[in-house]
Amino acid sequence: MESSLDIFQDKVDNDISIEPKDWMPDEYRKTLIRQISQHAHSEIVGMLPEGNWITRAPSLKRKATLIAKVQDEAGHGLYLYSAAETLGISRDEMIAQLHSGKAKYSSIFNYPTLTWADIGAIGWLVDGAAIMNQVPLCRTSYGPYARAMIRVCKEESFHQRQGFEILLILSRGSEEQRALCQDAINRWWWPSVMMFGPGDEASPRSAQSIKWKVKRFTNDELRQKFIDICAEQIKTLGMQIPDPALKWNEEKNHYDFGEINWEEFWNVVNGNGPCNKERLAARIKAHEEGAWVREAAIAFAEKRKTHNA
Amino acid sequence: MTNEWPLWEIFIRSKQGLDHKHAGSLHAADAQMAIENARDVYTRRQEGISIWVVESKHIHASSPDEAESLYDPANDKVYRHPTFYNLPIELKHI
Amino acid sequence: MPVSLLNYILHLADNALIMGHRNSEWTGHGPILEQDIALSNIALDLIGQSRYLYQFAAELSGNGATEDSLAYLRGPEDYKNCLITEQDNGHWGKTVLRQFFFSAYQYPLYQQQLNNKNAQLAAIVEKSLKEVTYHLRWSSEWVIRLGQGTEESSQKMRDAINDLWKYTGELITETDLDKQLGINVSIIAEHWKSRVNDILNQAGIIVPDDKRMIVGGRLGIHTEHLQNILNDMQYMQRTYPGMEW
Repeated sequence: MESSLDIFQDKVDNDISIEPKDWMPDEYRKTLIRQISQHAHSEIVGMLPEGNWITRAPSLKRKATLIAKVQDEAGHGLYLYSAAETLGISRDEMIAQLHSGKAKYSSIFNYPTLTWADIGAIGWLVDGAAIMNQVPLCRTSYGPYARAMIRVCKEESFHQRQGFEILLILSRGSEEQRALCQDAINRWWWPSVMMFGPGDEASPRSAQSIKWKVKRFTNDELRQKFIDICAEQIKTLGMQIPDPALKWNEEKNHYDFGEINWEEFWNVVNGNGPCNKERLAARIKAHEEGAWVREAAIAFAEKRKTHNA
Repeated sequence: MTNEWPLWEIFIRSKQGLDHKHAGSLHAADAQMAIENARDVYTRRQEGISIWVVESKHIHASSPDEAESLYDPANDKVYRHPTFYNLPIELKHI
Repeated sequence: MPVSLLNYILHLADNALIMGHRNSEWTGHGPILEQDIALSNIALDLIGQSRYLYQFAAELSGNGATEDSLAYLRGPEDYKNCLITEQDNGHWGKTVLRQFFFSAYQYPLYQQQLNNKNAQLAAIVEKSLKEVTYHLRWSSEWVIRLGQGTEESSQKMRDAINDLWKYTGELITETDLDKQLGINVSIIAEHWKSRVNDILNQAGIIVPDDKRMIVGGRLGIHTEHLQNILNDMQYMQRTYPGMEW
């Protein structure tokens, strides 16, 4: 007679989805809650650096597509919060964890958006890195998470193309525009490379996550793939990746790249990035200032129920 | 007393002739708001669709019982085939 | 004749753009995720409408104008939006009330223009009417919800209507331009008043005693808000003139 754990692992090994009411190890549930909610938080916080340029978008087309993109990110956060709620945590609890600093979000969003070109760089690099992570998650073991990711991936493709197009137009524009383009790439490259997280040796949870298919590839695998792709794509822009050590390695069939500044990475993860405080403050403010609205809506719904009863 | 808006499950029929399909969940203060939110979040304003919303607490679900599941390591693990048909070995690769 | 039509289309476009722009300021800061998405949708709808209208206006202008040159290179003295659209967002209640007043005007206006003899305008309003119908429903519900919800929300709606009421007259005041183009403002005004009375009644919100109205937006006489909006909105085009984005 097989144990619940054996049945669970057998399902995972054979790509059969684990659904909300299925038996699952506590640690699996906890890992998923943490991973999914942090992914959701990242989407929501991620609205802020780009949202910063909505009112200043330089054309009506860019204005509309940027609003659509940021709104999509809200939607993605929502899908992910929904998926996490199937595991027994509430939206309010997750929000409280974000606001208290207990839960993390992708530290890439702790960097400022200083120019319009940053919007292009974010679309190309940050969304590019996110897509690299997200596509494999469409086949993650937990059903609601996989289904949320499928929705996200369908909507994500225009985000990256939009970003690249913004940079492409800049790269073919005036001298000032070309300078804006290169400058944005210079500032967003390394943080994007760091989005894949610490190296495999420094990721203790990695092996278990891979066994449970909560993660399908290692950090280093995804990071290498990302760099290989970007190193080619940047040729179209006629720009430089700010890494003097970046070089095609014929033997390995990959690009070699320079040392990552892990000190900066941990600094930003631990709350000392350029915008950590502002990002969280903005989210807390929105939540607190919205409390009266949420309360009023509940009160009114109750009144209407009693009235109709 | 929590102020959290209740959770609703959303079902969408995207085209005439199809069934309503579960799309996900969202928070809303009442049913009308849930329908509008579902339109905004899950349909991106497509025309001619039907939206059902049900408060999550009103959904009753069966419990998978592992002991009685079709899982049987000794035989050909029927539950791995979503159609639950017993396919002869030679047809597996069709 | 074409000049009047051009000015009128610009008026419609400016209304939609400034409303859309204001609404988009909420993106990322809404009281709850679902409503952040809802208001962003409305912003997108309005900006989309403005684009059709500016593109039409650019054609009518003829002199190499584009949707962007019209939106990004005119100053406040040339903008023809009603003053209510440029008012600051304030709290959520003020935003939904402003949206309600605006949609309650757009709806009968667009309905009427379905029959406009200018086929292009008629086509634009037909495309927009479904959206406006939704905006009106959404904002009406919110006005009622907040008017009736809690003591706090009621108070905030009282504050909101005290701020906004003086700008509502401009939406339903006939100008020479309306007359020239055969826009029947009195019918629009009738519908607007009827809808507004109904919803404010249901919401338990009372119209302020001071019934004085401030107008001027349609003539390019704006509040300070518009210059601030345009400073932000037009910053890139003015700092980097003549470039593609």
